[in-house]
Amino acid sequence: MNLKPETLARIDEVITHYPEKRSGTLPLLHLIQEDVGHISNEVIEWIADKLELEPINVYEVVTFYPMFRREPIGKRHVKVCRTLSCALMGGYKTCAKFESEFNTHLGEVSPDGEVTIEFVECLASCGTGPVVMVDETLHENVDEAKAKAISDQIKAEAAQRG
Amino acid sequence: MSAPAETRIIFKHIDEEGYSNDITCYQKHGGYEILKKAVTAKPEDLRDEVKKSGLRGRGGAGFSCGLKWSFVDRRSGKPIYLIVNADESEPGTFKDRYIIHQDPHQLIEGTMISCFANNVKQAYIYIRGEFPEGPRILETAIQEARDADFVGKNILGTDYSCDIFVHRGAGAYICGEETGLIESLEGKRANPRIKPPYFPAVLGLYQCPTIVNNVETLCHVKHILDMGADEYLKIGTPNNTGTRILCVSGHVKKPGYYEFACGSVTMGQLLNDVCGGPLEGRTFKAVIPGGSSAKILRFGEKFTIKNKDGSTKELAVEDIPMDFDTLAACGTMGGSGGVIVMDDSVNMVDALANINAFYAHESCGQCTPCREGSLWMKKISTRMVKGDARPEDGELIKNVADQIAGRTICAFGEACSWPTQSFVLKFGDEFKAYAETKKSKPTDSLELV
Repeated sequence: MNLKPETLARIDEVITHYPEKRSGTLPLLHLIQEDVGHISNEVIEWIADKLELEPINVYEVVTFYPMFRREPIGKRHVKVCRTLSCALMGGYKTCAKFESEFNTHLGEVSPDGEVTIEFVECLASCGTGPVVMVDETLHENVDEAKAKAISDQIKAEAAQRG
Repeated sequence: MSAPAETRIIFKHIDEEGYSNDITCYQKHGGYEILKKAVTAKPEDLRDEVKKSGLRGRGGAGFSCGLKWSFVDRRSGKPIYLIVNADESEPGTFKDRYIIHQDPHQLIEGTMISCFANNVKQAYIYIRGEFPEGPRILETAIQEARDADFVGKNILGTDYSCDIFVHRGAGAYICGEETGLIESLEGKRANPRIKPPYFPAVLGLYQCPTIVNNVETLCHVKHILDMGADEYLKIGTPNNTGTRILCVSGHVKKPGYYEFACGSVTMGQLLNDVCGGPLEGRTFKAVIPGGSSAKILRFGEKFTIKNKDGSTKELAVEDIPMDFDTLAACGTMGGSGGVIVMDDSVNMVDALANINAFYAHESCGQCTPCREGSLWMKKISTRMVKGDARPEDGELIKNVADQIAGRTICAFGEACSWPTQSFVLKFGDEFKAYAETKKSKPTDSLELV
């Protein structure tokens, strides 16, 4: 596992925020997932070692919190809100549109490796539903037309990357 | 009667043209003046002022903030911690996100005043993982405040020191429960703790006295000390003081966030005047007044409310003032201020199936009644929508719900069973007739589960 120097620096800094090292578990998982993409066994053991814990202490945290993933995902992560306020405004249709645009199913990586689409619970932007997060960007009022536009944008960016 | 004007205190600068989230802009608008004043006062006087103001927690339970602070064990000799609950995750609630993103210094000032008032050694902001930008904004703002001597060592030249760190959650709703949040901050699964003995005010973070307050609540503290408790008490109604941010979502013309003096606006005024009424050609059918776990209200039902003098009055849903006490008297709650509106296009079995899927996903799994019960409520309601629906399913699912509430470590048990109990009670007809309804459902009707 090769972590970027800046990730390592931030890890050492964040541990100082807490009187007990174990509190660093979630911050370290976030930092490493952002760097390497997912949480492998190697990552779990590395964090356990760093925080003077048993690997099981880290493993049980990884499996509890929905945002930590054990498998790699597509280059882009599309999260569609599934919860009531968004669903009342057509969130399920929005999700289906993304699935058909990228020829993939929920939770799977699209055949071209480009996108993983996920249905997630409430993103706390209920007044502008349906909402969708693409990586770290929130999109509001995403009806089918807007879902198409966002998909086109993602495809164009992928083509540009080559 | 048309709706009164909004009273924007907390959201005064939200969406304001030219207002930015940096410290220069904040100070130009009088920012950190209250903190400067506060550090010259005695902490216990500040606490008394907050208690006197009647401030009730804005996160969901509506518990008195002053009382919460008064429980803090100040004689243990252990450090006192304060945690800002920014895990905003009750479906229908979207107020804290705007404070964090657009006015972070308001939160930091409120937090530092509250820390000073309680002699807190260290504060953490626990922010939900799905706000990736929030922590960056907050960290930048905290650094600006540190550089200006408002946060950190010897703030404003006093001998008081307190730092704030930001801690990200990772997508678990249960972290909004204060003891679950504490476990999570300690680096564990967010399984809520049993009370007694683990009252945060005595045995909280790292087994030390801990205060957990919602983002909006801490912002109110700043304004209470600005105007004084006596002035603050004049906003709202007795026992429901100050303003309330109401987040409206679902089937209205103008969903969004609105800040009103507590109880000054009725449900009818809010939905019809402020939010522009139902969508074209539709009528209101039901509303959840305080986040998805609050019990649903059916338009057309009537509530008999006791007046102070012992007489009674009858209220329709539209007449209910949006305050903690009246909503509680109507059998539901003001909760987190998340108002979810459903019109006549919605079948209530579909809506409940959506809510049940949420709670089944979010149960921490610690207590059997909740872990198993939330899953079975989801399974039964989903089967009704996707497979066979039987006339007795409503009673069956309510029977499951009835065995959860009151039998769990934390209030999630209530949160997950109230929707089922209230939906079946108020829309029993739709549950009985669902098999027939399904056959005649328009093919283009919205999927909710």
